[in-house]
Amino acid sequence: MKPGIRWGLVIFISPVLAWLTLLIVLPQVDMFIMAIRAENPLGEMGFSLGNFKLFFLEPIYWRTFARTAIFSVLVTFLTFLITMPVAFYITKVVSPKFQGFLAVLVLMPFWVSELVRVYGWMILLRESGVINHFLLKFGVLEQPMEMLYNDVAMVMGLVYTSMLFMLVPLLSALESLDNNLIEAAYDLGGNVWSIAMRIVIPHCLPGIVSGSIVVFMLTLGNYLTPNLMGGKNGLWFTEQIYNQFIASFNWNQGSAFGFLLLILSSGIIWLGLKLTHQRLGKVVQ
Amino acid sequence: MIRNIPQTRSYSHGFRLYVILYFVFLFAPLAITCILAFNDSMFPSLPWKGFTPEWFTGNTVERTGIFHDQINLDSIWVSFKVAFFVSILSTFVGTMAAFLFEQESFPFKSVLFFLMLAPLVIPGVILGISILLFSNTLGLFFETHFGVDVGLFRPGFWLVVLGQFSFITTIVTLIVSARLKKFDPTLEEAAMNLGATRFETIVHITLKFLRPSILGALAVSFLMSFENFNTTLFLVGSQATLPINLYLQVRDGSTPVINAISVLMIGGTSLLALVNLYFSRKKN
Repeated sequence: MKPGIRWGLVIFISPVLAWLTLLIVLPQVDMFIMAIRAENPLGEMGFSLGNFKLFFLEPIYWRTFARTAIFSVLVTFLTFLITMPVAFYITKVVSPKFQGFLAVLVLMPFWVSELVRVYGWMILLRESGVINHFLLKFGVLEQPMEMLYNDVAMVMGLVYTSMLFMLVPLLSALESLDNNLIEAAYDLGGNVWSIAMRIVIPHCLPGIVSGSIVVFMLTLGNYLTPNLMGGKNGLWFTEQIYNQFIASFNWNQGSAFGFLLLILSSGIIWLGLKLTHQRLGKVVQ
Repeated sequence: MIRNIPQTRSYSHGFRLYVILYFVFLFAPLAITCILAFNDSMFPSLPWKGFTPEWFTGNTVERTGIFHDQINLDSIWVSFKVAFFVSILSTFVGTMAAFLFEQESFPFKSVLFFLMLAPLVIPGVILGISILLFSNTLGLFFETHFGVDVGLFRPGFWLVVLGQFSFITTIVTLIVSARLKKFDPTLEEAAMNLGATRFETIVHITLKFLRPSILGALAVSFLMSFENFNTTLFLVGSQATLPINLYLQVRDGSTPVINAISVLMIGGTSLLALVNLYFSRKKN
């Protein structure tokens, strides 16, 4: 390389810098500044931690926050539990003839908009829905039962929405697992449980971690599914943020909530990476 | 266990049953949505009252099919326009970013790389509100200091484009980088030794090699933009995109028109997904 200005570098780096500064860094900084400002009793804006104080004083806020965090962890774990056997079946069990077809088929529904998928579940589950129709017809139920608008429906909807992001890394992790290792373990007397715990899962750990991170983050930040499938009492923290911004028009309070959600999401992801000895740069590859 | 290890019949049957149930779970909501789009009823529910295409083609006061439903058609058009700009813009910048991180070295590269990944861990809602806040701050700044009112800084079409662009570019960068990693740099060196400039080399050699992944990135970013809800929710102005518009309708009760739109979306996205698959197959 000749000394002087490296034009290649300049051309490549300027749009990237503009993107990251203007749309990622500065907006987050701005949100933080908004969060630590509030009106004092005289009606003037100034530095204040009042927005955060209100969060801890009002049980509805921190309870929703804790609820969102706990449910997100649960959804992430359930998603892993449900998709892992399917990924294993497609990569290791089914005959190679159908393997490619099944791998495409299993990912197909996720190209469709989340809204359409949630709407499909609403048609199935609600009081006048398709499942109720059949249950009444076959005499299982006397009266139609509302199956939508509760926590179970909401968790199921969230799991359904995020399965793709667990499946893709699991499929690729399992594909790189040598069948001979499983066979060797089997010959040495391993059973299904011990082979899963000591061969398959340790090998897939990077894939599991990367899938979990994305699923967790998307669940935590989801607005649509909890809003449409959860009940009136089934509050999600993003709804609180939305209410502060759009309904109450209290942007400072909303920013504080947004900042807290950001801390929660990056905090738990950081913890997950530390516990499994992974690095973010590695995991997303 | 794996296919060449013999297993008890109950184990392999049980496993197969589980996978079949999973696929039923996976496709049930989509299948039922499509079926009920053709039901001759005022509500998207059973019992089946006969086949009708009226929720697509109808043009009466009672049943306005999607092809005559101006509000929904408008929002589909808005979504198309947004997705068009987002996919072009993010593929362009994402490809630049892939070149930057794979081929260049500069101070603080790892910091910038980490920042590039940040949109993956920032929830979409937070991206939406932070961009809304920042554009509002900029708008106020320009108004008080220069006395100009910049339309771009108010919620609306271009803010939606920018909001979606902010995280879709990361996805594009990862897709293109994965391909660029497999590129043999000696090809570039050979071209440069034969007298090509850096620019000519990139156009004729590297971009040609990257073409399948760039087309794939275009398709993925188009779909992600078309379907985005969380980030768009806070940035949308008077022109609602399709997901926002559908959300408002689903929340306030539903008619089979929504099913008809869903059928079109399922058809359209499957088609685009298949095209994308075709290109990624060719890549390997």
